[in-house]
Amino acid sequence: MQAKVLPYLLLLPATVFLLVFFVYPFVEIAILAVTRDGGLSLQPLAIMASHWKFATALGWTLLLAAVVVPIQLAMALSMATIVTKLKTGRNTILYIFSIPLGLSDLAAGIVWLAIFEQSGFLNSMLFGLGVVEQPILFLGYQNIWVIFLAVVLAEIWRATAIMMVILVSGMGLVPKEYYEAGEVFGANGWQRFVKITLPMLRPSLQSALILRTLAAFEVFAVVTALGGTTLPVLMGETYNWQFALQDRNVASAYALVILAISIAATLFFLRVLRVPKGATI
Amino acid sequence: MRRSITAIVSAALAIAATTFSAQAQVLFWSTQAAPVEETQKMREQVLAGFEGGVDYQASETGPFLTRIAAETQAGSGQIGVIGALHGDLSTYGDSLVDLSDIDLSGIAVSEAFLELGKLGTDEQKYLPWMQANYVMAANKQALEYLPAGADINALSYDDLIAWSKALAEGTGSPKFGFPAGPQGLKHRFFQGFLIPSYAGSTVTKFRSAEAEQGWEKFKELWQYTNPASTNYAFMQEPLLAGDVWVAFDHIARLADAFNQRPDDFVAFPAPAGPAGRGFMPVLAGVAVPVSAPDQEASKALVTYMMQPETQVATLLATNFYPVTDAALPAELPASARALGPAITAMTTSSDALPALLPVGLGDLGGQFNQVYTDTFERIVLGNQPVRQVLDQQAETLRGLMQQANAPCWLPDAASEGACPVD
Amino acid sequence: MSAAASTDVPAPVKSAHSAGRFLFWACVFLICAWVLVPIYLLMVNALSSPEQVSGFPKSGLPGFDFSSLQFFASFSGVGRALWNSVLVAVLTMVLSIGIGAPAGYALSRFEFPGKEVFRMLVVMTRAFPLPLLALPLAVMFIRTGLDDTALGLALVHTVLAIPFAVLITFSLFSAIPLEMEEAAWTLGCNRWQGFRKVVLPLVLPGIAASAVFAFTISWNEVFAAAVLTIENRTLPAFLIQNLNVSPLHLKFAGGAALVVPALVFIFAVRKYLFAMWGIANR
Repeated sequence: MQAKVLPYLLLLPATVFLLVFFVYPFVEIAILAVTRDGGLSLQPLAIMASHWKFATALGWTLLLAAVVVPIQLAMALSMATIVTKLKTGRNTILYIFSIPLGLSDLAAGIVWLAIFEQSGFLNSMLFGLGVVEQPILFLGYQNIWVIFLAVVLAEIWRATAIMMVILVSGMGLVPKEYYEAGEVFGANGWQRFVKITLPMLRPSLQSALILRTLAAFEVFAVVTALGGTTLPVLMGETYNWQFALQDRNVASAYALVILAISIAATLFFLRVLRVPKGATI
Repeated sequence: MRRSITAIVSAALAIAATTFSAQAQVLFWSTQAAPVEETQKMREQVLAGFEGGVDYQASETGPFLTRIAAETQAGSGQIGVIGALHGDLSTYGDSLVDLSDIDLSGIAVSEAFLELGKLGTDEQKYLPWMQANYVMAANKQALEYLPAGADINALSYDDLIAWSKALAEGTGSPKFGFPAGPQGLKHRFFQGFLIPSYAGSTVTKFRSAEAEQGWEKFKELWQYTNPASTNYAFMQEPLLAGDVWVAFDHIARLADAFNQRPDDFVAFPAPAGPAGRGFMPVLAGVAVPVSAPDQEASKALVTYMMQPETQVATLLATNFYPVTDAALPAELPASARALGPAITAMTTSSDALPALLPVGLGDLGGQFNQVYTDTFERIVLGNQPVRQVLDQQAETLRGLMQQANAPCWLPDAASEGACPVD
Repeated sequence: MSAAASTDVPAPVKSAHSAGRFLFWACVFLICAWVLVPIYLLMVNALSSPEQVSGFPKSGLPGFDFSSLQFFASFSGVGRALWNSVLVAVLTMVLSIGIGAPAGYALSRFEFPGKEVFRMLVVMTRAFPLPLLALPLAVMFIRTGLDDTALGLALVHTVLAIPFAVLITFSLFSAIPLEMEEAAWTLGCNRWQGFRKVVLPLVLPGIAASAVFAFTISWNEVFAAAVLTIENRTLPAFLIQNLNVSPLHLKFAGGAALVVPALVFIFAVRKYLFAMWGIANR
């Protein structure tokens, strides 16, 4: 009896909270995407789908996530491994690694723009070293791939720490005996990492990947700072329709697209990294 | 542990509750004077003299619009006075109070601006607050590249192209700059400067051969334009950094260059095309929302904003000029000394062709602007055929004009019913 | 530590070992540089005069010009905004953990109908753009009196932080063998006691981690703060939202002004955040 009721009791506060502060406003907004002037209509979705920027915005958003997230995963795993292996200076190193946690995307955009802009730090350095005679224009609208690269770098810099901290706290929970056993059986460092750490880390990997991917689909401030409107992304278009064009119905349609790809990504990670109910010894 | 959490929560709740206190200050909700220095000056130098106090909050467009919409929907709120550009205010005509009973005796307000403030209705939906214009600015180093025979105070678009070409070739990199970033005001350049200068019209002759020629010229100019322009919002920054030597922008967005290094820059009128020297003013207004908590206090603040001393203080704080006959002081900052004469030279030139801000579009104003920025992005950045793009965008434009049923405004000839797109 | 065990030729192992160590520390150094250099550049620009910020080429050294930072310090109401930010962030922390952690535990320990629905609900809150939700929320808050209160804003920030709280605590609880709890039950503990004595000490660092997320999410959030607080503005709403349209040197000074308190906070809680070797050694 208790085991049947208990999970629902535990979920109750979160459910009530989300119903009031998320589901209610969400439904109010989502309805806009399939209505026009109070009546059911597919027109907002049609306007969105036929707009000349929609396909490119969707493409760039997906491509950014596809490039950024795997690199961040690899980096976050390496950083977490380094931290758990450290004997001296672990606190300091871990603190340094997690510094970007405290940064807003606005601040990150400002910093990376200062690096890449025409009279920025990168050009100053190249100029100082005599590599270039004239500052190079990195972020011009014709160099869309350079802008893309700059956004990738800024995103990796800004948001890898989030994954790392989740993975570090997950790695802390892997019992040491497992590694000792692995060592007894002659597994080297890499083998222990692949055979022991990764499988044990599955719950944390799953959470880190889901949270990071969803955030990647909503990338916006950094892209605008570095590329203006040259690199359209879904979130930027949502803003544009909501506030510049003041068509809340189409903005809502865009938001639903972000929601749809997020759900698809979540289902993918839930399936690939299935977590059993409680780990077993 | 649990006890300490409970203690924290209850303490925090208690504090959260105490900060909810009513104050009699009028909340001035604005999109203008948003740069932090200007916000500070608005508070300290412009509004400090208002009895009862003002809480001046400058927001980005997103939060600004969201808050107004929320208060309108909820039917009550805290915003006492809204300050915004004509385009933003025209979206909210229905939720603004009639201000025609405000006592403006002894103050001469520009009739044209008062008319714009009616938003096509019989009520005074907003009062004009301050005005500005767009001009050109150049680094003095650029002057030696000016083509022979060109008069900087009477440039044509052809002169500007030749000048920019000489600059690009002489310095090794494009030195013309244009605020084409997401926060830049590029749409007003197309609506009020480029297209009128060639077609003598903003809407009706949108797809005419003359407009086509204008876009071709702009494409030519773009070859000598710094490609980082698609990132620029405020041209004062690239001007100061030396990335750009010749630029077009809103005076408030050029002012910092003149104030920081007054001896290094010159200001001059926007160029002219075959149809004249097209230019468009910037007009900001103050309005009182229906949901304002204390309408009397709000109207008192609006009246205060119109007084000569306030209008002059506003100029010093924001670089926007008075909309009234307020006398300007003898001591002006470097930016006003340089930019003011350039505006006068432009608006009083023999070929002056004033264009008005869009009227009667309501909440379609944003989509109207988008027609022009989309045209720019497709023709200039996307390199699509000019004729084809103009034909397609003209369809969108015609649809918008019909949906809004908005009659033509200057420089287009007056129309019966919706402004036609030929 | 690494391959040493599987071989019996001592000399090359030693050099391989030290080469490995060198490589390891080189990696540590590189990653630290990667994280710190942009922060350093932000601080350099925040501490430089307007001419230095827009000049070229840049020296990469701070000019020790404090005028830009002073401008923000002299902004009337900064102290109050800072206090509001802290208050909202702490409320967000407490709310999101208090609401999220029980849900994370339930997801990790029980199979029950509706589990997937709940999980998707949590994920959806993270996947829908807040600027669109802000309007109905603001209308609701104005009508109920939550408008312009620290609690109201904290509730909205909790919506953003809850997915972190739920998913992170879920992954932590999942990594703790159910058998450990069961052992406690057989020793006479009830469910709550077993949880408190066995599970809680193990997951506290992780909970601290998700609390830090909640704090930083709230700390850096601009949009809802700008809409939902008027007199009780938070620091980002008060100072930062208009940085995009402010002169370059103030952009950097404002960016730094927002970053520094967050760094101090992370530094202050790092002990709780990273106190995990005790667990690893169990």
